[in-house]
Amino acid sequence: MNKFLPAGLALAACPGLALAAEPAIDAGNTAWMLVSTILVLMMTIPGVAFFYAGMVRKKNVLGTMMQSFTICALVAVTWVVAGYSLAFGNGNQYIGDLTKFMLNGINWNGPFILGAGMGGDSEVPTTIPETVFMMFQMTFAIITASLITGAVADRMKFSAMVLFVVPWSLLVYSPVAHAVWHPAGVIWAWGALDFAGGTVVHINAGIAGLVAAYVLGKRVGYGHDNMSPHNLGLAMLGACLLWVGWFGFNAGSALAADARAGMAMAVTMIAAAAGTLAWLLAESVVKGKPSALGAISGAVAGLVAITPASGWVFPGPALVIGLAAGIICFWSSTSLKKALGYDDSLDAWGVHGVGGVVGAMLTGVFAVGTLYVTDGDAAKAMTYSGWLAGNAEMLLIQAKSILAVAVYSAVATFILLKIVDVMVGLRVSEDEEREGLDVTQHGERLG
Amino acid sequence: MKLVMAVIKPFKLDEVRDALTPLGVQGLTVTEVKGFGRQKGQTEIYRGAEYQVSFLPKLKIEVAVPSELVDAVVEAIAAAAKTGKIGDGKIFVLDVERALRIRTGETDGSAL
Repeated sequence: MNKFLPAGLALAACPGLALAAEPAIDAGNTAWMLVSTILVLMMTIPGVAFFYAGMVRKKNVLGTMMQSFTICALVAVTWVVAGYSLAFGNGNQYIGDLTKFMLNGINWNGPFILGAGMGGDSEVPTTIPETVFMMFQMTFAIITASLITGAVADRMKFSAMVLFVVPWSLLVYSPVAHAVWHPAGVIWAWGALDFAGGTVVHINAGIAGLVAAYVLGKRVGYGHDNMSPHNLGLAMLGACLLWVGWFGFNAGSALAADARAGMAMAVTMIAAAAGTLAWLLAESVVKGKPSALGAISGAVAGLVAITPASGWVFPGPALVIGLAAGIICFWSSTSLKKALGYDDSLDAWGVHGVGGVVGAMLTGVFAVGTLYVTDGDAAKAMTYSGWLAGNAEMLLIQAKSILAVAVYSAVATFILLKIVDVMVGLRVSEDEEREGLDVTQHGERLG
Repeated sequence: MKLVMAVIKPFKLDEVRDALTPLGVQGLTVTEVKGFGRQKGQTEIYRGAEYQVSFLPKLKIEVAVPSELVDAVVEAIAAAAKTGKIGDGKIFVLDVERALRIRTGETDGSAL
């Protein structure tokens, strides 16, 4: 998701040029966006599902997968009913509206204009039907919610998760998506750069996860019992699905099958690879053995960090971003976590939150506006550029956007968790936790 | 009748089985177990969380034999399962009070 004018349409929007080119649905762009949507959905089911389930103990494997799978269904319905409208309806600076409640009036057979009705410059035309845009965005809403579950693995009641995710998606995800990705949004207005969801998805989910980890408390036996992963083979499978699916996540955020998508794909690959190698190196130096869990964690860290930057950076900076994320997230998932004592079980904060912050700030360093604004408007291009391209102010804007999303997510998540705690209780009992989520929450056994 | 119970290294199973067949042993039971003795475990590290795993995978073999055969069986297992390195395992000999073949109802000696 970005806020640019596709090159051809930039011409059509210029006053005085009598081009009769009415934007239309472009088959190539729409085909790519349909595929991107599928790739991003695959990132949650079964990407995140396997990634997380492989890391928990055997007694919680099914329960962990159930969280992602159920969230897919829950958020899909929530999104269609009101989530999409609250995110991408015009509304005000902070939230959309209910004009598209139940997708009412959705432009299913014409090219979607983001912010239609706001007037000229603010509107962002696309060449894809609104149904496709809505679906693509839905998969982002889904994965954001499912990432949070990593922080509270092994101990959250299924009913509590269900009751928490629905309002979280409506009242935390949608407003943040609106603020960053809608032309009426406050963070959009600041000029912050988040191409595919560094803040909207990863920092948002990471902070929510961290808060949840603190509110729910540590797992029974944490620091004492053996909680080693039951099946890292599953986790690796999940990580591979995430890596491949991420091309839909980042390159698809170009909303078109074009040059931007091509560069986004390239830098995504580079950052993933760099992150993998950096974490493996850090591990070898610090702990002596490069591990499978380390390799996949590094890859995901690199992918998270490149997410906000993917529409605006060249390959060289992408390499730096990946390396930085690999090393910094290694530190935050091991040393920082141990030092601060929270049980962010699967490192929702350690990898997604921290990776998102690293990526957002490095976007402010490396962004190059001309990779983006291709109509020759130098002034406009500068507003999409970062420090090294001559716009040091971007560092401040990025920092501001990170803080705003972090604070809002933290506070709103905390309040929602406390409400759900009063309603049904957030955590399973100690006995249930010892027996496992599979049998106590779902009446099933892995075998 | 005696029950010979041996805890051995997992990869030694085939060798042990091959050593017992010529002695007339017609069946045995194998269980996957974990254990420790003097052999040290491994350190496993998962994203910074370190675990000292002292229990190592082993196999437990149980074979019921006529008393006359016990010495030969124990020797055969010991020779086949030995590597000379720590963790080779142990063999125990227990008394069997009664035995019964379920299919035919044969008892004691004829059940082995």
